[in-house]
Amino acid sequence: MKKILVLTGSAIAIAAGAAIAQDKELTIVSWGGAYSQSQIKAYHEPYTEKTGVQILNEDKSANALAGIRSQVEAGNVTWDVVDMLQADAQRACDEGLVLEIDHDEWLAPAPDGTPASEDFIEGTLGPCFIPQILYATMFAYNTEAFEGEGPQTIEDVWDLEKFPGTRALQQIPQKNLEWALIADGVDADQVYEVLATQEGQDRAFAKLDEIKDNVIWWTEGAQPPQMLADQEAVIATAYNGRIFNAQVNEDQPFEIMWDHQMFETDGWVVPVDTGNVDTIKDYLYFATDSQRLADQAKYISYGPARNSSASLVGNHAETGVDMKPHMPTSPENLETAIPFDVQFWADYGDALEERFNAWVAG
Amino acid sequence: MNDTSEPHVAPEPLAKTDGTQDEQQPMVLFEEVQKSYDGESLVVKNLNLSVAKGEFLTMLGPSGSGKTTCLMMVAGFEAATHGEIYLDGRPINSVPPHKRGIGMVFQNYALFPHMTIAENLAFPLQVRGVNKADAEKKVQRALDMVQMGEGGFHGRRPAQLSGGQQQRVALARALVFEPELVLMDEPLGALDKQLREHMQLEIKHIHESLGVTVIYVTHDQGEALTMSDRIAVFNDGVIQQLAPPEVLYEKPENAFVAQFIGENNTLHGKMRSVNDGIARVELTDGEHVQALAINAGPGERTQLSIRPERVEIDPDESVTDHTVTGRVEEVIYLGDHIRTRMTVAGNSDFVVKTRNRLGARRFKPGEKVRVGWATEDCRALDHSA
Amino acid sequence: MASRERAPKQELLAADGTPLKAALRRSQTVERRRAFMLVAPLLFFLLIVFVVPIIAMMWRSVYNPEIRNYLPQTAAALQDWEGQDVPPEPVFQAMAADMIVGVENRTIGRAAARINREIPGARSTVMRTARQVDEWSAPYREKFIEADEDWTNIEFWRILKRESRVVTPTYYLLAVDYEYSSEGEIVPRSEVYQVYKQLFWRTAWMSVFITALCVMLAYPISYMLATQPTRIANLLLILVLLPFWTSLLVRTSAWIVLLQQQGVINELLVALNIIDETGRLRMIYNRTGTIVAMTHILLPFMVLPLYSVMKTIPPSYLRAAKSLGAHPFRAWWRVYFPLTIPGLAAGCILVFILAIGYYITPALVGGDSGIFISNLIAQNMQGSSAQLKLAAALATILLVAVLFIYWLFNRLVGVDKLKFG
Repeated sequence: MKKILVLTGSAIAIAAGAAIAQDKELTIVSWGGAYSQSQIKAYHEPYTEKTGVQILNEDKSANALAGIRSQVEAGNVTWDVVDMLQADAQRACDEGLVLEIDHDEWLAPAPDGTPASEDFIEGTLGPCFIPQILYATMFAYNTEAFEGEGPQTIEDVWDLEKFPGTRALQQIPQKNLEWALIADGVDADQVYEVLATQEGQDRAFAKLDEIKDNVIWWTEGAQPPQMLADQEAVIATAYNGRIFNAQVNEDQPFEIMWDHQMFETDGWVVPVDTGNVDTIKDYLYFATDSQRLADQAKYISYGPARNSSASLVGNHAETGVDMKPHMPTSPENLETAIPFDVQFWADYGDALEERFNAWVAG
Repeated sequence: MNDTSEPHVAPEPLAKTDGTQDEQQPMVLFEEVQKSYDGESLVVKNLNLSVAKGEFLTMLGPSGSGKTTCLMMVAGFEAATHGEIYLDGRPINSVPPHKRGIGMVFQNYALFPHMTIAENLAFPLQVRGVNKADAEKKVQRALDMVQMGEGGFHGRRPAQLSGGQQQRVALARALVFEPELVLMDEPLGALDKQLREHMQLEIKHIHESLGVTVIYVTHDQGEALTMSDRIAVFNDGVIQQLAPPEVLYEKPENAFVAQFIGENNTLHGKMRSVNDGIARVELTDGEHVQALAINAGPGERTQLSIRPERVEIDPDESVTDHTVTGRVEEVIYLGDHIRTRMTVAGNSDFVVKTRNRLGARRFKPGEKVRVGWATEDCRALDHSA
Repeated sequence: MASRERAPKQELLAADGTPLKAALRRSQTVERRRAFMLVAPLLFFLLIVFVVPIIAMMWRSVYNPEIRNYLPQTAAALQDWEGQDVPPEPVFQAMAADMIVGVENRTIGRAAARINREIPGARSTVMRTARQVDEWSAPYREKFIEADEDWTNIEFWRILKRESRVVTPTYYLLAVDYEYSSEGEIVPRSEVYQVYKQLFWRTAWMSVFITALCVMLAYPISYMLATQPTRIANLLLILVLLPFWTSLLVRTSAWIVLLQQQGVINELLVALNIIDETGRLRMIYNRTGTIVAMTHILLPFMVLPLYSVMKTIPPSYLRAAKSLGAHPFRAWWRVYFPLTIPGLAAGCILVFILAIGYYITPALVGGDSGIFISNLIAQNMQGSSAQLKLAAALATILLVAVLFIYWLFNRLVGVDKLKFG
């Protein structure tokens, strides 16, 4: 009986093969806004065209970890592929909420045949995580807010006399504490070591105290360009893509200060217990190959996570601006850069977030 | 303007220097008072009225006639547009309501729902700084007066009382601080007929025993007739007639008053001549009758007013001066009396009331009869309709 | 009833001969079933979307299965340990066995995250060791210690032992700024971590303040609305409600435009020479911003109940009070004001309870000094699973506080007397 059913089922499947492919859907969760648009243009549309698989885009990445957790706990996973920060992906992976990924099996090799596990920028691949982009968080300023030259280093950001005015910082401890230590004279490569100690943490908060009265806090990525444009803040931390967008598309007089930019990766995870693994694998194989990652940089100024994509990056799709110098991965922008330490924050995130919240509210 | 029945006393000097109470001093005096809400039309037109101390004066009229506005001007909730109102000789136009010391009973009682009955009554005493013990005594006395002293009403809230009880409490509250003047704005309007009639008498008795001055506003003429010393009939912002109830009923001075007070038969005609106060009137059907010339002159169109109970059917010549022909339309049996509706001189609503006495004759519809009345019962008034 | 008392044995019969009481009961049962069917969909809906999630949230705030479930042998082995010294070999053996299972099942990370909540950095220690442990063999104690010094940390083992219970008050302690010391005593947290008590307190007083502002603004407006002719009143009411119909975000953004340092009000003050360029007022991204924006947003919730109550108070009450000799203010205070209390109370409880749980406005305009407890709940909800449990504990405390306030209000004013509009 069962056999007959299976046979009948496969017969129908063969007969209606094309139609079934048409019916297939993937629910992909991402950040919304310009970022989702760049993914739709670079990944989703070409993929749908190629395979007929429909892609539903949900803008829920801001709550991705909580979302996956509740779906997995409820046993009702509706998200197929989720775009999340590497740090959150690490937590999700630790908690067993997302699938472990065999990178060379799941992902396409580079055009020259280098296996995927070696093609991605070192340290970005996670056991459950496929990076797409490198993005930088760094300081930017409104050039109209300063008579002469704007701030050039992290020390300048802390120099309230030379560069008076409000600073807009993201309301999280991540990166702010690192920069505080840099401003306090800690070497970039020792920042995390220092921050792991009680004295280092005290030191970072004490340094933040110096500018606290001149700080306003942002929580959404869209806020800092707005705050700079309104001159509500004269210096702000921001995601480089947002500032690029304001510079190029809105012609704002903003300048990025690449000194000690912190870059991290953002990429895909696959929640456990999703029913669609084959389609998902097929999609990811397509969407993370060298060309596709390079294509995304045509729409948004985030650096592709594959080494082999770098040379494929071209000009901005609408304005024709050469994207290479705007990439956080371009060599001159990387000189003093600090890689964001996902492991450190997985270990110390809870405690430092609490302390940070207490410090902000106090 | 027919405010001529009682020429009012000229206003006293604004402040009395000797401080004595002049018995002739009116309690309330309206002097050429006008009131307009919109600046275009007058709701009260040049009102002159004096209310004597201890008098029960009713302002009677249809809604919109200006009577409530007059009351509100006395109370201080409306300001006169022109003219002056005097309270016991003092001009009060610029005195705020709470300093006028006038008791007032509102249409829906306006008992404070969040206070007990005792608290409601104590309120005017409290604001006057009466001490607690005295206040309690006065509250008890006031409740006794309206027969609510017993039965544990003190601690109840207004919502727990019946309409009649609320009315009594409202009355007690308006009286408890012993004002010399009490205003009542249709206080019985919300009660059923039986209770209303009962309360009319009760208010009348309280008025008599306390000797306060009462200005009472109503649109119910029965109520006005029952209670008042004098009634001011309002229409169109003007006092049509100011007179004691019996005068108002028996000697209406114009067609409006005749129509508004009691039941009334009207016959239309033209006044031919007047001789020694007696007019000859030619009715629309050509018959001639006599009437008292009140409010119309020779050659003018007039409206005759005859009360239904003063009309006799097939009268004895000695009682009535003359008769006219009438056709019976309808006979209504009402127990103590019989109403006969007939057509007289073209008016098909001519009603005759006859006592249902032994041997009284019943008429049949269609029957032709003679009807008559005494000349002094037939008043030739202005032709309003 | 009376007839039954007189003849208790003789039952009254309905027309068809059945006992009257039975017939009545049957007819009522049908009635009752019908009524139940009418409310059943809503009841079901509320149960699914409201009651169940709340219970789940409350359960989550005390549920502590990680160590008991994912390190079961270790938890058992630790029961005999005195807590004075580095545990003996059997405990390490149990740990090794648990780790091998945990790596296989991908559950070790959850246990590691749980311990990391208490000892930052412990996660890495556990994960690193767990990846190696399948290559080792007994005895394990030395190998563990050799691999990582942290395995000699007695505090680590004490926490494991303490938190092997399935139900824990840990998150409630954290939610009021207390914690367990390594000896297992309940102690206040280090000052640099204390935040929640302060935030609860701030949320409460700012909500009270916002409610008071709403009363002060709404009372005169409502009075005017209630005393104007209907045509004008309706127009004014629409103006009051207009912000009600615009998106919360739009309104909040409008306040940003108005209040920010380069915003309309500051520009105006500078233009009028009331303040100079450098003295621009900071009215947003702080407490002021939260208070102003939230007062505006919550104002209709005060106006509506007040207005609906005031509309029912006939003007004759005030007139009566005045005619009885009360000064207009006294008349208002003794007669009008008490009658508006049901609306005032309804407005206050609405505004206060809405304010106390408000999230989006403080998040956008509150900056640092103007955020509420709900903002920290939201922040914790997006973090690790331990933070999620802390969020659940905070939310439960907030819920209980709101219920308590409601109960208190009921005692003081009487909920049955409230009039919401």
